[in-house]
Amino acid sequence: MMLAWLISLLLLAAPSPAQQGQEETVDVAEIIFEHIGDDYEWHLWTWGDRHVKLHLPVIVHSSTGWHVFSSRHLAHGESYEGLRIDPEKGKIVEVDSGKRPFDISITKNVLSLMMSSLLLLVVILLTARWYRKHDVLDEAPTGIAALMEPLVMMVHDMARENIGEADYRKYSPFLCMAFLFILLNNFLGIMPFFPGGANLTGNIAITLVLALCTFFTVNLTGTKHYYKEIFNPDVPVFLKPIMPIIEVFSALMKPVSLTIRLFANMLAGHIMILCMVCIIFIMAKYGAVLTGSMTVVSVLFGIFLDALECLVAFIQAYVFTMLSSIYIGLARAHGEE
Amino acid sequence: MNLVTPDTGLLFWMVVIFGLVFFLLWKFGFPIITEMVDKRNATIKKSLEDAHEIEARMAGMVEEHARMLDETRREQAAILREASETKNRILADAKAQARDEAGKILAEARTQIAAEKEAALSDIRKEVALLSVSIAEKILRKDLSTDEAQREYLEKMVDETTQTGVHS
Repeated sequence: MMLAWLISLLLLAAPSPAQQGQEETVDVAEIIFEHIGDDYEWHLWTWGDRHVKLHLPVIVHSSTGWHVFSSRHLAHGESYEGLRIDPEKGKIVEVDSGKRPFDISITKNVLSLMMSSLLLLVVILLTARWYRKHDVLDEAPTGIAALMEPLVMMVHDMARENIGEADYRKYSPFLCMAFLFILLNNFLGIMPFFPGGANLTGNIAITLVLALCTFFTVNLTGTKHYYKEIFNPDVPVFLKPIMPIIEVFSALMKPVSLTIRLFANMLAGHIMILCMVCIIFIMAKYGAVLTGSMTVVSVLFGIFLDALECLVAFIQAYVFTMLSSIYIGLARAHGEE
Repeated sequence: MNLVTPDTGLLFWMVVIFGLVFFLLWKFGFPIITEMVDKRNATIKKSLEDAHEIEARMAGMVEEHARMLDETRREQAAILREASETKNRILADAKAQARDEAGKILAEARTQIAAEKEAALSDIRKEVALLSVSIAEKILRKDLSTDEAQREYLEKMVDETTQTGVHS
């Protein structure tokens, strides 16, 4: 049904871009980077010629002090208060020197981060409220508690398995938080319209912070045994000088691998889906038959990739959490003695 | 290159927001949920164990019950048998006693009868003796009405007496 409708729509619409779109080529790279990158405004939709955008606040500290204003003033490359958006980097720079100011603007990603964090906060606090208000021994969880309990308990049990009975309770909240944060933002990223659509977990800054949290948790709460394994492991004497270097490098690479894995997976998924959608618009100028057939193909692939992304969204959240719990478990190891 | 360079602003906001949300959820969120669910899991585990134990105990009780029932039945049978034996014995005893008693009474009656008979016989004998004496008297009186006869008789009596005296 949906497909037939889409095809007929595209077949009807095909002639008009073909007439006027000869010189107007679709810049796939631009479209994709606009979707996966960060921006000072949130493009909601285009209605005819009107672009409906959310202009987000700019907060920068430049050489002339603090500036707080709406990004509306910077639209179309205009400069405001000595600042403008550099067309190549897509970031705010000072007009005179071209330097990057200290920029903590509420960008598209930041707004998305705020909304999803608020959502997560509300959902978990409501769940906790349910448990505080009800006697768990008498009632089965209902509503939001029934929804969240399996997810939270899955991570909690994972923490117990990987960290050990002794002190997994200390780490379980962090792992729950990381898991639910990644899961929620992964799904919001797949959602193509407003509250979602920002590529948050496909942004290296976000995944870096998450991985650093794991890194600090692991290395600040490591046991003596863990540090002994790094700096003075039980190896033959000739390996003694080499082992610490390898171990330290391995400890530093763990957060890097966590960062890159999540970032690259989510980014790649978004790019693939966007490419599938773009195929339709690239093909638009090659006539009705080709456009129609390619539309069918790209819609089918798009559905497939979307389903795959839903899977990946869960798997990546799970993998990040599981690896974090394993790293913590290794750092909480006590020697046999 | 833009993609793999972490943006300062986003880093800043991520640290602030993630830290804040994590702190709040760490204090008021996850531990409450996990503690409650752990509590429930522990209760469920304990209930299951209790149920198993009760089940085992119930099975033991059923066995015990059956055993007791069996024992009672056996006991009942034993009591019944004993009762019937006692009844038979009492009956037999009573019969034997009755027979003995009857025999005794019979024997007593017999001796009494014999005694009575003896007494009656001796009475009869006495009577007969008296009767014969009186008859003899009557006969004698009639026979000795004459002097002749009296003398004859006397002689005879004397003879007889002497004879008996010689003899004795």
